[in-house]
Amino acid sequence: MKPVVIVGAGPAGIRAARTLLDHGIRPCLIDENLRAGGQIYRRQPENFQRSAKQLYGFEAGKALAVHHTMDELARLIDYRPHTLVWNAEDGRLDLLDNGRAESIEYSRLIVATGATDRILPVTGWTLPGVYSLGAAQIALKYQGCAIGERVAFCGSGPLLYLVAYQYAQAGAKVVAVLDSAPFSAQCRALPALLRQPLTLAKGMYYRAWLSAHGIPVHQGATLRQIDGDQRVHGIRWGEQTLECDAVAFAHALRSETQLADLLGCEFAWSSLNRAWLPQRDSAGRSSVEAVYLAGDGAGIMGAEAAQMAGECAALALLEDAGSTVDQRRREALQKQLARIRGFRQGLETAFPFPEHWAAQAPDELMLCRCEEVSVGAVRAVVDEGHWEVNRVKAHCRVGMGRCQGRMCGLAVAEIVAERSGRRIDQVGRLRGQAPIKPLPFGVEVQP
Amino acid sequence: MALFKRLTETQRPALAFTLDGQPATGLLGDTLLTAVLTCAEHVRGSDFSAERRAGFCLMGACQDCWVRLGDGRRVRACSTLLEAGQAISRDPGRQP
Repeated sequence: MKPVVIVGAGPAGIRAARTLLDHGIRPCLIDENLRAGGQIYRRQPENFQRSAKQLYGFEAGKALAVHHTMDELARLIDYRPHTLVWNAEDGRLDLLDNGRAESIEYSRLIVATGATDRILPVTGWTLPGVYSLGAAQIALKYQGCAIGERVAFCGSGPLLYLVAYQYAQAGAKVVAVLDSAPFSAQCRALPALLRQPLTLAKGMYYRAWLSAHGIPVHQGATLRQIDGDQRVHGIRWGEQTLECDAVAFAHALRSETQLADLLGCEFAWSSLNRAWLPQRDSAGRSSVEAVYLAGDGAGIMGAEAAQMAGECAALALLEDAGSTVDQRRREALQKQLARIRGFRQGLETAFPFPEHWAAQAPDELMLCRCEEVSVGAVRAVVDEGHWEVNRVKAHCRVGMGRCQGRMCGLAVAEIVAERSGRRIDQVGRLRGQAPIKPLPFGVEVQP
Repeated sequence: MALFKRLTETQRPALAFTLDGQPATGLLGDTLLTAVLTCAEHVRGSDFSAERRAGFCLMGACQDCWVRLGDGRRVRACSTLLEAGQAISRDPGRQP
């Protein structure tokens, strides 16, 4: 019999696997990482010594619970770490496991592919020493390293203050935090943020801790340029400059949706996420039969919501497969998810998307770091009359490279919309293409 | 010169490897990216201008940290753990 497959062993995928196993289904859990946990609860290599408290701070208890669940599951389910899903079609996933290619057919599929940083490129962003906020956090959490000696944190979103705080706590030199959101926006967001007072309090704690430790926090400060030759020498914003040798930046997170796209899921525009997202019902069913969506890969809501959504999707799957599930449990989960959605709205108010970014991006800014396509080159294609992102891609290769637009795709849409005078939801969405990540030559194929 | 700075977890066993043929040392549990960037400043040259790159996302999404190993494999440095004796070489990239 074909197995139930879950893609992604983060909070959503792990909870989904647990729920299925509790109902007598032994799933196959496929994960690209070496160790399960996803990004926020990413585990350090086994020979590292730091405690959960040191690694995850306030979230230590939750992280330990997720890891404990996974340690139990690993022996009981078909767990496949370090395995990339690079294509999906006709009820089958194509996998790459340590250079070995194989396929797996599924009866039902839960997609829990998570998120990456949302990047708005800035001059100098390809220099060695410039990383996404998530990357800076991984360097520390997973490897015990800082991305440089003197680090500046820029952009916006909850991760901005968290990672700056974690760096300073670990003994790194944090030279400044530049938050593109003005303080007034954060005040406006307070009513909605109070829906999760504990989460709000943690955010305020990081911010206050940084100030109390003499780390300059600039609000309403937009990173304009990263200077350097072979590596970072400094940053500029407004009329100010600052020396540093590393920069971490991002504007919140973006959902990783390429697999849902290859599966044929219908997408809809989400103004909250400012992105096209695969559609799902309140239980997590996608528009495609037997395909379910859970976690940040279907809209950014954070790790706690991801766990709830993972359980919801598993319960919906079980119900569709003919099992009896606890309806009250499902209703309770959906009620909690609704509350988190309200909080998410507040975060968007507190850290608003910098809508002026596209208009202010200089022509010479490198937009696509893989194919090395500039903002000016994209604008030139738009000026020839093209306004649909896939057409623009076909004309100038923007978003066509190794990363398949994961880093630049959202920014490309912003540039195309601004230049063509269209709304951001009117310029289409970059289609996913297999392989969604590069395959090396000489892949060994399992018969 | 190094790009990354080790802050903690420095008591791990050392692992010898080579970077572009030169002897280098990392620690057990390092990714290839950490091993390279704690003793050098970049991991590859870009595909169209040979511009120096040093990775970007560290979570296997951006594809800007591919390196070549002595056995012919090409791997993402951020998601591959260092092994003793590995010969890591950096692709210089292509000049326009």
